[in-house]
Amino acid sequence: MAAKPQQTAERSSAKGSIFNDPKVRGIIYQLLLVAGLVYFFWSIVQNASHNLEKQNIASGFGFLGNTAGFLPNQTLIDLSATSTYGQALLAGLLNTLLIAVIGIFLATIVGFVMGVARLSNNWVISKLATMYIEIVRNIPLLLQLFFWYFAVLRSLPHPKQSSSIFDTFFLNNRGLYMPRPVFEDGSGSILLALVIAIVASIGISIWAKRRQMATGQRFPAFLTSLGLIIILPFLAYLVSGMPVSYDYAQLKGFNFKGGMKVIPEFVGLLLALTIYTGAFIAEIVRAGILAVNHGQTEAAHALGLRNGPTLRLVIIPQAMRVIIPPLTSQYLNLTKNSSLAVAIAYPDIVSVGGTVLNQTGQAIEVIAVWMIVYLSISLLTSILMNWYNRSIALVER
Amino acid sequence: MKKVLISVLMGSAMAVGASAASATTLEDVKAKGAVQCGVSQGLPGFSNPDDQGNWTGIDVDVCRAVAAAVFGDATAVKYTPLSAKERFTALQSSEIDLLSRNTTWTMTRDTSLGLNFAGVNYYDGQGFMVRESLGITSALELDGASVCTNTGTTTELNVTDYFRSHDMQLELVQFEKSDEVVQAYDSGRCDVYTTDASGLYAQRLKLTNPDEHIVLPEIISKEPLGPVVRQGDDEWFNIVKWSLFAMINAEELGVSSANVEEMKESKNPAIRRLVGVEGAFGENIGLSNDWAYNIIKQVGNYAEIFDNNVGPDTPLKISRGVNALWSNGGFQYAPPIR
Ligand SMILES: N[C@@H](CCC(=O)N[C@@H](CS)C(=O)NCC(=O)O)C(=O)O
Repeated sequence: MAAKPQQTAERSSAKGSIFNDPKVRGIIYQLLLVAGLVYFFWSIVQNASHNLEKQNIASGFGFLGNTAGFLPNQTLIDLSATSTYGQALLAGLLNTLLIAVIGIFLATIVGFVMGVARLSNNWVISKLATMYIEIVRNIPLLLQLFFWYFAVLRSLPHPKQSSSIFDTFFLNNRGLYMPRPVFEDGSGSILLALVIAIVASIGISIWAKRRQMATGQRFPAFLTSLGLIIILPFLAYLVSGMPVSYDYAQLKGFNFKGGMKVIPEFVGLLLALTIYTGAFIAEIVRAGILAVNHGQTEAAHALGLRNGPTLRLVIIPQAMRVIIPPLTSQYLNLTKNSSLAVAIAYPDIVSVGGTVLNQTGQAIEVIAVWMIVYLSISLLTSILMNWYNRSIALVER
Repeated sequence: MKKVLISVLMGSAMAVGASAASATTLEDVKAKGAVQCGVSQGLPGFSNPDDQGNWTGIDVDVCRAVAAAVFGDATAVKYTPLSAKERFTALQSSEIDLLSRNTTWTMTRDTSLGLNFAGVNYYDGQGFMVRESLGITSALELDGASVCTNTGTTTELNVTDYFRSHDMQLELVQFEKSDEVVQAYDSGRCDVYTTDASGLYAQRLKLTNPDEHIVLPEIISKEPLGPVVRQGDDEWFNIVKWSLFAMINAEELGVSSANVEEMKESKNPAIRRLVGVEGAFGENIGLSNDWAYNIIKQVGNYAEIFDNNVGPDTPLKISRGVNALWSNGGFQYAPPIR
């Protein structure tokens, strides 16, 4: 080790040029590469702005503050016809996040159930799961999207013939209508009660775990927590004089007005993404479970664990280490695939951005927004999943 | 390492070079041997592929007229089907030489999008289509309606304005492709289908039961539709503009594809200039002097392209109305060739 630098020093002094020093040369190459890259990107930017100017195309982000003049058909924030392009894009971003979060949640459930089902000893169940996985994985997502969207649409009735439950929930080809809770003064106490209940539940489960470790006695922590989370806010609701009222949807003219609405575009997209990604997750789960040595199952059985607990307590926790990394890429895929929304009029960031792009002509700016949005969501998802992966990784003693 | 470096440097040199040495559109088109024309993805009467896959329509005929003017061959056109949303980016990035796709001339498009409108080949306005069974007779009864339309159009802006100014509630369902708008409207997702009135008549043909749908009387906007080129190339702009004007002037002067041959012998100086036996009008815009002759011979005059594609004898059954010549009480008016 110690001899090496000396040797190089000797050699370079012998040849008399520092350019023959591999270390120096390495640094010079790297500097040149960086300089080349910087120049490359700088010239792209230069070139683009030069061309835009030559063609008299407006550029810059100033347009975000201008009136948009169109309204997405689903917005989580309050928009009006006078809202700006920036607000419209924000609404699109929230719609993307909404579909991604709910889609990931449901696809995970579908995937785990189907992955386990495919390994089931029950012939019918395992063949059904296999069929689902093989069919769904081999049909392009866009086709499935159209299938679900138009299948959902065509099977639903016209608003005048809506199916209803207790005249509070209505289903028709314009969407699913529900009563919307209106929080009046004093409803803060309900929120407070909910927070207290959640904190208490966490405390109880920690305590229950410790006690089980120490004494072996079990405590129904889950049921207790569930009870707390439901009962405490409800008590607060009663005590504070029932400050929540409901805005019911009502048929007025063409459509229902008031209430909350889930649009068919959302349902179609959610179904397609969940079912499609679920099939891939199922395969990942199956692979993860198969990766756990069969000896583990035998050992668990030898200890007297039945099939359910064996899977839940022994197999899955070990399989998770194999499952998490590919699962992360499925989550990223689902989020990115949600951009197919534009095909069925769900106003996600790509769809809204496309409209903005077209109305303003600011292609480069809008594409930059798209890239930043997807990059941020993907990086955030990866960070979360990597953190989770580390927390369940095998701790070597 | 060295290779990477070299390719990076070459790449950047090329990126810079591209801006410096760009040929004019006319030179490009001549080198390619065809006009690359942006059209719709299928709008009967305007730009629509027929059974044999040949594009037809009043917008397509503008492309063909430009090809006839440049090459003396109306078939020297290559078509790029574009959605409403893609069309301007395709033109700006030189993917196409000419956009002829029922595109409305608006101030934003004409200015900050860096485009030039080379005239109007169809004066249109936005309308509403509903199911007859709804029993509606006016657009003012549409409060609370779900409305299906194309994104990236003037349509979505006009309809939002209209509902806003009449204090009506609107659910706007925006699709990128027209076929999906038609399907969604057909399957009952929307009460209303809105687009340019001509588009309504064209798209109605695609519905399961066209007879069950009516177009409401209100026309809520001005939609002057015309061919579009990039800013910054006046030569090409002139060629497209005057190809359209040649067809309108031909109708006014009574020159059609049937009689253009005889018209070469005409004594009327205006006709003689049009068909290229007098003056050097073609050469002055970088073409040959029989440029307009070729347009009329191979494509026709404005009356012919109107009647062949959208007129009363076609499935669209549209009468000339405001698209009649100015001399017949319409808006179609071309500056003289002189
Ligand atoms: N003229 C309007 C609307 C143009 C438009 O996109 N219309 C639709 C509906 S008629 C269309 O052309 N569809 C045919 C297609 O998408 O191929 C504009 O320029 O914004």
